[in-house]
Amino acid sequence: MNLQIKPILTALRRHKSGTILIALQIALTLAIVCNALFIVHQRVERVHRPTGLDETNLITVQNRYVGKPDTFIPLMKTDVATLRNIPGVESAYVTNAFPLRRGGWSTGIQTEPDKTKDSLPSALYFVDEQALATLGVKLLAGRNFNPSEVVTVGPQTTPAPAQVIITKAIADKLFPKGDALGKTLYYAKGKPSTVIGIVAKLTVPWIDFDHMDNVTLMPVRFDSGYQQFLVRTKPGQQDNVFKAIPKALYASNRMRVLPEKTGIRTFETIRAAAYEADRGMAILMTVVCAVLLTITAAGIVGLSSFWVGQRRKQIGVRRALGARRSDILGYFLTENFLIALGGVIVGTMLALGLSQWMLKYFEMPRVSFTYVAVGVLLLLVLGQLAVFAPALRASKVSPVEATRA
Amino acid sequence: MFAYYLQLGLRSLRKNPVLTALMVMAIGFGVAASMTTYSVYRATSRDPIPQKSSVLYNTQVDAFGPENIENGEPADALTYIDVTAILRAHKAPRQAAVYPVSVSVIPDDAGRLPMREGAYANSSDMFAMFDMPFIQGHAWTRDDDEKHASVAVITKDLNDKLFNGGNSVGKQVNLDGRLFRIVGVMANWSPQPLFFDVPNTGGFDEGAAVYIPFTRAIDLQLPTNGNNNCVKEPEAGWDGYLHSECVWIALWTEMHSAAEVATYRNYLNGYAAEQQRAGRWNWAPNVKVRDVMEWLDAKKVVPKESTISLVVSLGFLVICLVNTVGLLLAKFMRRAPEIGVRRALGASRSDIYAQFLIEAGAVGIAGGVLGLVLTGLGTLGTTLVFPEDIARLATLDPVLILLTLLTAIVASVVAAFYPTWRAAQVQPAWQLKSN
Repeated sequence: MNLQIKPILTALRRHKSGTILIALQIALTLAIVCNALFIVHQRVERVHRPTGLDETNLITVQNRYVGKPDTFIPLMKTDVATLRNIPGVESAYVTNAFPLRRGGWSTGIQTEPDKTKDSLPSALYFVDEQALATLGVKLLAGRNFNPSEVVTVGPQTTPAPAQVIITKAIADKLFPKGDALGKTLYYAKGKPSTVIGIVAKLTVPWIDFDHMDNVTLMPVRFDSGYQQFLVRTKPGQQDNVFKAIPKALYASNRMRVLPEKTGIRTFETIRAAAYEADRGMAILMTVVCAVLLTITAAGIVGLSSFWVGQRRKQIGVRRALGARRSDILGYFLTENFLIALGGVIVGTMLALGLSQWMLKYFEMPRVSFTYVAVGVLLLLVLGQLAVFAPALRASKVSPVEATRA
Repeated sequence: MFAYYLQLGLRSLRKNPVLTALMVMAIGFGVAASMTTYSVYRATSRDPIPQKSSVLYNTQVDAFGPENIENGEPADALTYIDVTAILRAHKAPRQAAVYPVSVSVIPDDAGRLPMREGAYANSSDMFAMFDMPFIQGHAWTRDDDEKHASVAVITKDLNDKLFNGGNSVGKQVNLDGRLFRIVGVMANWSPQPLFFDVPNTGGFDEGAAVYIPFTRAIDLQLPTNGNNNCVKEPEAGWDGYLHSECVWIALWTEMHSAAEVATYRNYLNGYAAEQQRAGRWNWAPNVKVRDVMEWLDAKKVVPKESTISLVVSLGFLVICLVNTVGLLLAKFMRRAPEIGVRRALGASRSDIYAQFLIEAGAVGIAGGVLGLVLTGLGTLGTTLVFPEDIARLATLDPVLILLTLLTAIVASVVAAFYPTWRAAQVQPAWQLKSN
């Protein structure tokens, strides 16, 4: 079979246009498919990124108080108590933000009182003593907040409580020696905060952020009319609690708005909403790949069938001269392989070019070598599968054909 | 002759149903994919206010300094200090400050729950600048701005909810416990992209239901419901915040001549230079005055996903075309003997061209119809792929229908050129001899 390469090349030279068309189609398909699959891979990876939370049995409440009293703190305290009293609720707290909320507060952390440069960005979550339990986040070192440590912070003020809990990511960056516990950090000029605890992992509220794991938990009640409540339910109680929350909150105080669509959501809904665009992109690219491969395969079947039809007489002559069926089959398979090989070589270059272009205009990471390799393999196999039926038909051409005009 | 060729074409297409189906599907899928993604791209890249987009300008003045911004691009919004100074100078014929606020509307009927509505605090000029469509009453006046009047403009939807669609001009609306006199009701208005509030909405949002005077909102200490960015920590309290270097307000102007724009830009540069001299800023003036489309472009309002999927779909269409070229070539060359006979009987090359291009056109029409059906399904399915705010903008309108059919036909005729040329090159003598 290996001896056949030379005659195949000679034959292909006589079918330049057909050869080029198939090779071109394979090349373009490879360029698109491996980039598209790479996008799918990235998006799927993002959609499943962990937040550090125990995301089951977790409900979020978005609440806005109506009116403008001097302070919202008593309202917030009443609401937290109301939520904690709902049967089936394990714990609850009031906050400004949580992972995947896509809105929140970030600030720079300093290790010295009044340096203004080179701060480490961190998202801020305002919490109380029940937050760690509600989020399902584990303390790696240190201790939780005490109820007495929770302080009130007014609007348009930068919070800087005396105690903070930070994520391991921040601890490792600021104190590479691993001695972060008990150290002093500055979130506002001249106001020291002591690290009393370190949690393993907790992500920022945004889905695109340079420092996904930089989070500071502050024992703070932020005096604002716009609040988020997080509620952890006992296993199996999520549905009941979900229905009970609006009733309980409205019963305690009607002057509030729980938005229709975003008022009360399970964390599953939060995650789905946060990654809607990514999931959509993954679906679209998967569909595109599937249809594209089908069309390319169909194209190869169509053109190869035509070639077989055109060469029935030559095939008959070869068979009459002693070629076996397997030789004919091998001939067409090898022919397709050579064309596909040419296609994937050009296609690899196109794929890298496309990836480079997307890197430049959309700041997408460069396609990984694995994906190009997988794409190459996929198309070579696809080509062989597509050509198999026409090749088999060719191998069944009887030597008698040689004698027909 | 056209009818005859069409008949010949259809007969030939029927002869190889599998090959024909393959071509129709290739064209159909290729066209549908590119048209569906194009409908999304078109929705996200369109001009939201075509009649005025070239005379409305956004203003940016760098209050952060080169170290705190990227690529020399000033922050998306302005500080309160700068907005009030620029408004006071009044260098453009019409100018409007605007920022989003969130209000709770409390219905008079005590039995109804309060409603949260999106709202903007803006200067009176904005209504005329953006051609906002009033159905009752009118905008508040510059005088109302000066007096910090408690007035409001509401949209039709809110008017329907609060007053059952009746005439509400002169009536009161209760926002967070404060009464505002309604001066006008406008049709629900949310141009997409929502050009005047791109930094806070990403460009695609349902729009607001309530508009109140900027000056009144400042008096009421209503914080922005959008982004607030500070490079320096503000002093305590609302007054400290107003005098801080935090940016949160957008400033739009309407200018009709290049001279006006030049004057305005000069003024801004002068203003920024003055701030530098006064020691407030230690950097050279960095000012941007952009019209609507330049602004949308600079803020990259077209989602990355939308452009990438359009590019990928166009690639997809190209592959489908290459595929069709191959299949047509196979189909046409198989008929070389027939062509030979026709040529020998006196058909000219152009006759062959006409016959085969018409045949390809028929494939194109069939592909276009299939493509249209798939595009229809595709636009319905955009909600699966794109966020709802964007997906709802992608619709199958007459323009898109026409474009789909046209693309399919043009694509298949273009694809047919090479195979047809090859068919026309067939040597009659050769074909006749070999048969």
